[in-house]
Amino acid sequence: MIWKTFRKMFLILVLVFLYLPILILAVYSFTESTNIGAIRGFSLHNYVTLFTTAELIDMITGTITLALAAAAIATVLGTIGAIGAFYSRKNASRFITTLNQIPVINADVVTGFSICVLLVVALNISKDSYIPLLAGHVTLCAPFVFLSVMPRIQQMDPSIYEAALDLGATPFKALTQILIPQIVPGIISGFALAVTLSLDDYFIAMYTKPATFDTISTYVVNATKGAQTTIKTALWALSTVIFLLVVLIVLVTNIRSLRKANMEGGRRAQ
Amino acid sequence: MESKDTIIELKGISKVFEDDGFKAVDNFNLEVKRGEFVTFLGPSGCGKTTTLRMIAGFDVPTEGDILLNGKSIIGLPPYERPINTVFQRYALFPHMNVYDNIAFGLRQKKTPKDMIDRKVGRVLELVDLEGFERRAIRTLSGGQQQRIAIARALVNEPEILLLDEPLGALDLKMRKEMQLELKDMHNKLGITFIYVTHDQEEALTMSDKIVVMSEGRTQQIGTPEDIYNEPANAFVADFIGESNIFNGMMTGHLKARFCGGEFVCVDDFEEGTHITAVVRPEDVEITAPGHGTINGIVDSVIFKGIHYEITVLSGKNEIVIQTVHNARVGDRVGLRVDPENIHIMLAEDHTNLFYADVNHDFRLEYNGHHLDTSLTRIIKGSKRREDGTVVDGNGDILEPDRVRILVSLMPDDIEMTDDQDAGLIQGTISNLIYKGDHYSYIIHTELEQDFVVNDEDLWNMGDRVSLLMPVDKMKFTLKKK
Amino acid sequence: MRFSRKSLGIPYAVFLVIFVAAPLLFLFYYAFTNGQGQFTVWNFTHFFTDPNTLGTLYYSLLLALVTTMVCLLLAYPVAYFLATSTMRTKPVVLMLFVMPMWINFSLRITALKEILNVLEGNLAMHPFLNAVVGMTYDFLPFMILPIYTTISRLDGALREAAMDLGANRVQTFLRVTLPLSVPGIISGVSMVFLPAMTNYVVLDMLYNSTYIMGSLIGSYFSAYNWHGGSMISLILLALICIFTLLTGNEEESVGRGGALL
Repeated sequence: MIWKTFRKMFLILVLVFLYLPILILAVYSFTESTNIGAIRGFSLHNYVTLFTTAELIDMITGTITLALAAAAIATVLGTIGAIGAFYSRKNASRFITTLNQIPVINADVVTGFSICVLLVVALNISKDSYIPLLAGHVTLCAPFVFLSVMPRIQQMDPSIYEAALDLGATPFKALTQILIPQIVPGIISGFALAVTLSLDDYFIAMYTKPATFDTISTYVVNATKGAQTTIKTALWALSTVIFLLVVLIVLVTNIRSLRKANMEGGRRAQ
Repeated sequence: MESKDTIIELKGISKVFEDDGFKAVDNFNLEVKRGEFVTFLGPSGCGKTTTLRMIAGFDVPTEGDILLNGKSIIGLPPYERPINTVFQRYALFPHMNVYDNIAFGLRQKKTPKDMIDRKVGRVLELVDLEGFERRAIRTLSGGQQQRIAIARALVNEPEILLLDEPLGALDLKMRKEMQLELKDMHNKLGITFIYVTHDQEEALTMSDKIVVMSEGRTQQIGTPEDIYNEPANAFVADFIGESNIFNGMMTGHLKARFCGGEFVCVDDFEEGTHITAVVRPEDVEITAPGHGTINGIVDSVIFKGIHYEITVLSGKNEIVIQTVHNARVGDRVGLRVDPENIHIMLAEDHTNLFYADVNHDFRLEYNGHHLDTSLTRIIKGSKRREDGTVVDGNGDILEPDRVRILVSLMPDDIEMTDDQDAGLIQGTISNLIYKGDHYSYIIHTELEQDFVVNDEDLWNMGDRVSLLMPVDKMKFTLKKK
Repeated sequence: MRFSRKSLGIPYAVFLVIFVAAPLLFLFYYAFTNGQGQFTVWNFTHFFTDPNTLGTLYYSLLLALVTTMVCLLLAYPVAYFLATSTMRTKPVVLMLFVMPMWINFSLRITALKEILNVLEGNLAMHPFLNAVVGMTYDFLPFMILPIYTTISRLDGALREAAMDLGANRVQTFLRVTLPLSVPGIISGVSMVFLPAMTNYVVLDMLYNSTYIMGSLIGSYFSAYNWHGGSMISLILLALICIFTLLTGNEEESVGRGGALL
């Protein structure tokens, strides 16, 4: 009985550690307080600032646009890459899989810096063209799409594709009508993963972005160094909005089959 | 010259896989007549599925040609061949319903919608699944999925229907039912069927023509009756039905010595020829002791429903008998076989065949000696599971008591020695022939078996020798008891 | 030429060569050249002789080691309790532990900073503690998930068998569950250790001005010193290679992806 209580208490304490800061900040974001301490009056002014300051809106839309664009390109590349690698000869397949693994295990600082060195320093491509930034984020995301699609292809009965050929479909039709529909779940989770990775990234953006452009991460890190109180508390509001969005997305995607989703999440974790 | 009703002809087909250099099919030749039901029969790994895949177009032969109606189709991709396949695990498209699965092939050919509707309806009727159009694949039972897979192939009105072990995933009762139904469909539609199976009973029941394959090579092509009654070699005899197989020697005109006795037979070979004798268990008669050709002691009796399966030990030879008469373990009996029921064949390449037993460590034993190999190493795809049992490539459990291993070994690979304890078995030289650059010896062993050994040196008749048989030169075939 | 599935691999292979392999080759080039493009090993020798950079290496290793240990000590019990629990709300609770990963880390660290500010009074007083707390806060879920996955996949019958054979709870844990969950631990450690050596933003935000390996790259970047930065990157790559070789877990490294979804 004591053991059981201990187990429960431990889980609760770790959850408190993980959520208390975010929740406290959420509460204070609805007040006029500029510091955690005495609560001073309910107010929505942080949210007004967040959604009316051009700088903040630009930063948020910029981050989202970048994430969607990078994830879309990464999804196409990673998916066809996984299909190609799976059906290639052993050596070609191993070559792709090994290179694919590098950005996955590499430190983001190194990935970002190396792309900056190649594109900006060696090839002299201007950061203002957004090409280094986009390329950097695609490089960060595509390998994860590859990894999330690959198991789907491996699990597929290989004769399904052959059956399509047998019934008169050309290889291209067999690919688009039979193979790809089978791996859609992997593609979708790969895309979602790519979006999350891009949204959370700091280092790659830092080393490849144009000076005038900011993602949420680079902006927040900069803002904490400055002492602009209105911006600081507006970011509390942003944090709260993102937290609520995440909760909402989790609820929507999992409400139908929470159990199943979890099992798959676990499976993918390996 | 091709006769007019030959639909497909395979000419000297060989297939070597690039990645591992494995020769799956070796010089395969076959002519199939329009409307025939042909079965490729053989153990797993014999090349039957590879051959089928080459006909379908999934694999390209390394050598040889495939002619469909007299024209080569080697260069045609699978989607341009008028041939359809029923896959082993059905390969139904899981994201489509029954209708879309069946309509898939017709849609590729841009068939008008109302025509598709009609054809799908008709073929569903044929497989007895009317009204299943809107059902999702995962809601169907194994048997129903099987029928849909057949319907999906047949709706395209292929010239040839290929079936790759289509009943393998079904339970026994369902399998029997589907066998009859498939045969029925074949008769009704008149389409040529090429069927792949490792189940000899299935092959015998359904086929017009059976192609028995082993290690990529054709062993025998013939009607089910031919193959059962007149097996071309020991492999076929052993694979089709149950058989007692003995190595022996011709001892005179229509006389052969094997299994420790001299039998009268109807096949004539020159005296001194090394032969393989095959006797079906149902052809052995039990007589009173001394009244048969050989005598033995009943070792085991198993009641099998319609008959008893009786194992008799004669010397160290084991003879399996199927009879409606009972016997008691320990009885002394005589055994005889009608001359026409003894199938004598030239020992092919003079290959020596003998049975090894499997002990409880899954190691092989012969004549009280361990062979330096284990079950998992010699049976393709088999593995030892965590619980200690061994399963074959199909996942069936192999029990040491229920299996034995047919070992084959070439005469060149056996060595004779004077050191009686050195070899696996001892015997006396009972015959020798000079073959130009070497002598061919027949060694009559203590187990009443004859072995053929080639040696460059001259030994004397009656010499007692021990036989060194290297395990790495042996070939193994699993036999279930 | 006929379309084939194999050819789909080509664009991706080209992409990987350009954006993964080529940048690494350029790192090598820059690491061993100077501003005039001449070959030099100065960057290399400088790193291993300058007390400042060596101090940075030790400090990063220490920080990473402590952070990894703290994460492990918190994550293992969480993962174990969750994986062996029979409660019906398990999926929800698991989701709660995973969800922080989806919230932007800089915002989460901002929140943590406000709390630490209140608790400590002056953040600058406890730089090392702040760094450990911040990184643990950031990386904890990445440690929990792989361990949870490994433990929950263990056959329950194994633990029952151990108890059936007379092992008590503690013995069962020490001799069955713990050894079998090592792959999960390795996977978790690999996801925490390296970021803890390089993620200097967490330190920056929590007023810890000590350099770690990542900060070196950052400062070389700000100073347009590509040669120095490339050498640090190479040294980090070497560390990653050593770690990967030691653990030999090609497949486990999918972890970051798995942890995120």
